[in-house]
Amino acid sequence: MKRVLIILFALMAVGGLVAQDFIMNNNTEPQSLDPSLIQGVPEHHIYMSLFEGLVINDPKTAHALPGVAEKWSTSPDGMTLTFNLRHNAKWSDGHPVTAQDFVYGWLRTLDPDTGAQYAYMIGMVVKGANDFNSFAPDKNKSDADNKAAKEALRAAVGVVAKDNYTLVVTLSSPAPYAIDMMAHYAFSPEPKWAIDKYGSEWIKPGKFIGDGPFVLKEWAPQDHIKVVKSNTYWDARNVHLKSITFLPIEDNKVAYNKFENGEIDWDYGVPLDLLDQIKLRADYQVAPEVGTYYFIFNTKRAPVDNVLVRKALSMAVDKKTLVDKITKGGQVVADTITPDMPPYKAPAGNPYNVAEAKKLLAQAGYPDGKGFPPLTIIYNTSDAHKKICEYVQAQWKDNLGIDVSLQNVEWKTFLAQRSQQHDFQVARAGWIGDYLDPQTFLDMFESDSGNNDGQYTNAKYDNLVKNDLKEKSPQREKTMAEAEKMLIHDDQAIMPIYFYVSQSMIDTRKWGGWFNNPLDIHNWKFIYKK
Amino acid sequence: MMKFIIRRLLSLIPTMFIIITLSFFLIHIAPGGPFSGEKKLPPHVLANILKKYHMDEPLGAQYLRYLNDVILHFDLGPSYRYEDQSVNGLISATMPRSIFLGFVSLLLSVALGGAAGIISALRQNKWQDYLSMSVAVIGISVPLFVIGPVIQLIFAMQLHWLPVTGWINSRAGWVTLIMPAVTLAFPYFAYIARLSRGSVLEVLRSDYIRTARAKGLKESVVIGKHVLKGAMLPVVSYLGPAFAGIITGSIVVETVFQIPGVGRIFVQSALNRDYTLIMGDIITYSAVLVFANFLVDVIYGFLDPRIAYK
Repeated sequence: MKRVLIILFALMAVGGLVAQDFIMNNNTEPQSLDPSLIQGVPEHHIYMSLFEGLVINDPKTAHALPGVAEKWSTSPDGMTLTFNLRHNAKWSDGHPVTAQDFVYGWLRTLDPDTGAQYAYMIGMVVKGANDFNSFAPDKNKSDADNKAAKEALRAAVGVVAKDNYTLVVTLSSPAPYAIDMMAHYAFSPEPKWAIDKYGSEWIKPGKFIGDGPFVLKEWAPQDHIKVVKSNTYWDARNVHLKSITFLPIEDNKVAYNKFENGEIDWDYGVPLDLLDQIKLRADYQVAPEVGTYYFIFNTKRAPVDNVLVRKALSMAVDKKTLVDKITKGGQVVADTITPDMPPYKAPAGNPYNVAEAKKLLAQAGYPDGKGFPPLTIIYNTSDAHKKICEYVQAQWKDNLGIDVSLQNVEWKTFLAQRSQQHDFQVARAGWIGDYLDPQTFLDMFESDSGNNDGQYTNAKYDNLVKNDLKEKSPQREKTMAEAEKMLIHDDQAIMPIYFYVSQSMIDTRKWGGWFNNPLDIHNWKFIYKK
Repeated sequence: MMKFIIRRLLSLIPTMFIIITLSFFLIHIAPGGPFSGEKKLPPHVLANILKKYHMDEPLGAQYLRYLNDVILHFDLGPSYRYEDQSVNGLISATMPRSIFLGFVSLLLSVALGGAAGIISALRQNKWQDYLSMSVAVIGISVPLFVIGPVIQLIFAMQLHWLPVTGWINSRAGWVTLIMPAVTLAFPYFAYIARLSRGSVLEVLRSDYIRTARAKGLKESVVIGKHVLKGAMLPVVSYLGPAFAGIITGSIVVETVFQIPGVGRIFVQSALNRDYTLIMGDIITYSAVLVFANFLVDVIYGFLDPRIAYK
């Protein structure tokens, strides 16, 4: 009997060691698994298990760590990056991962026929990428001419395989963040032979080929996706999880219940109305994120076309109370658009100062809010946004004596109203940085930026934001700070409210290798059961 | 009879055509589009995507292309949101789950509701009647989005008897079906219980039952052979709309219990402006609805000798 028990315990112990099966709630069904077509955070979670680019994100800092590229170098002018690929990186069918696979993947993403949303990511840094992606056939020319023109643009894109294991990338400007960006799925290698053979079916189980630490095992749409450890991955020795299951649960209360019941290991996001009790739990993870919640002023609409009014409104909101009493998730008050990103130091914004705000409003011609025209804040329908807007509404009433109305709009309608028609006075907005550099925030307010929803125009600002790319640290940081001061202090184009935090439920006493980091990116190869 | 069935079937065609046409244009009137997001796409990127899906063509041309694909090829197009999947694939993967869940729920509600109704009627104004009718009142008046989470709280969170969510293909297996099926069955159970109680009472008072009793038939034969057959007619006529309703109405249950059914993608597709998927869902739902009603009309004819088809 005793012997049986010992064997039983031994088996259980071994089972405990081997049972590195991980289940995460990924919040939604991914739009795609094809690196050229994906976009968004849930897709990124799955991508990181199935593919590996030149570099990957460090689990603690989110900066670049070697991936398929063993090492890399930057030319003295900062315009050329040379990546040396490791020779033992393999696709899941045994093919070696070569520089040509990267060239093929990037060009496929850029090809106008692919219709890739994140093609613009490559276009931001790689020379000739936007030109190729913008190609449209000329109806007055013959098919052969058009084809030749397209091929010429394809050949001009600044990505070249010097040999099987050397990739040379020519940048459009010496962007210092280009290497960090290469961890993004837009820069993934792709297996040409599989895509030629299977077409759009190549990412389905059974046909799938990837170069990441895991391979696709099961995909039941709207139900689950399961990936299992890859034997061909170059660093398979250091991959601990045996499998990962991604669930598409959209209702965060249901997901939280499942987490509490031990049915999932990582619940991405938390139900906000339970935050008071969740906050006290040891398995609640919260960390500053590179993202900003703010209100946009439409600088072409009265009364917020007046900079004095914008400043008065901005200075009349006590954001400290807002993050403590309303959002409650540990968010940090924002007076600037850029979160903390050393070595960059953001300039001071306009502080909370009711007396000064009143003075500014009087200067604008509305003493004590008298005669202030009707003003409406629009926001996309959600309880969280509603509470914030109601708070700001009350602050403006109490501190400035003005009446503001609120209007909630369904998400897609909201986007059309705010971003296409610019039909609003004040609108809520949120922006999550694509990479760890202030540029990802500052360039959306350039006059010709498609994301400049408040129609802010300032030629000086445009110049500063364009020129900083050519400068070296620390001059570059100075230029960016000058631009930001213009944006959030002098012109008050927007009203920053708070910096986002990432919120997750995962028990880090049980799971190692999962760290809070500013991009909230957690590469699977580092995660293990303790 | 055959003539009636064919005529009735043919009349479904214009109905479907009107539904397709109306919804196609209504969807495109809604503000926003499938490719808008917090980060706006650069114009040339958006142009590439629109071209890929032929959305750069005039709306009329898109409509004709769509009709052609749907009618001639049964092809509902690619999903704009789930780019690796076709609408045909998405619906054929999710629809059977919703139908299966709906079927189990309907079976539950007919069996239990019918039994409760008959017992209530036979024991009118006794405790059995009061008990089952009280439960029925709860079922009718408490919405699914309350019943679902409450039984989830009791049986999964507190007692740990059942998993919080899941579907029969998950590790937990068939037990995952219990809570969603019971939740979904609840209002239909309630309705059927009240319906069958009412109709049994009515039949009990009718002349042919009095005749049957006067003939000296045993009570069990009177109830089993005469009362039930007549009393079940209203229940049967309710089954068609109930089946359609239980499938199209399972959206709440599918959300609460995370069932990968068609109801969930319907809601999501509307929010995402996934035009082709919304259209696919609408067409499938409408087909289920009109076909269920058609079936009831036909079955009715077999059950009720008073109805003659000409």
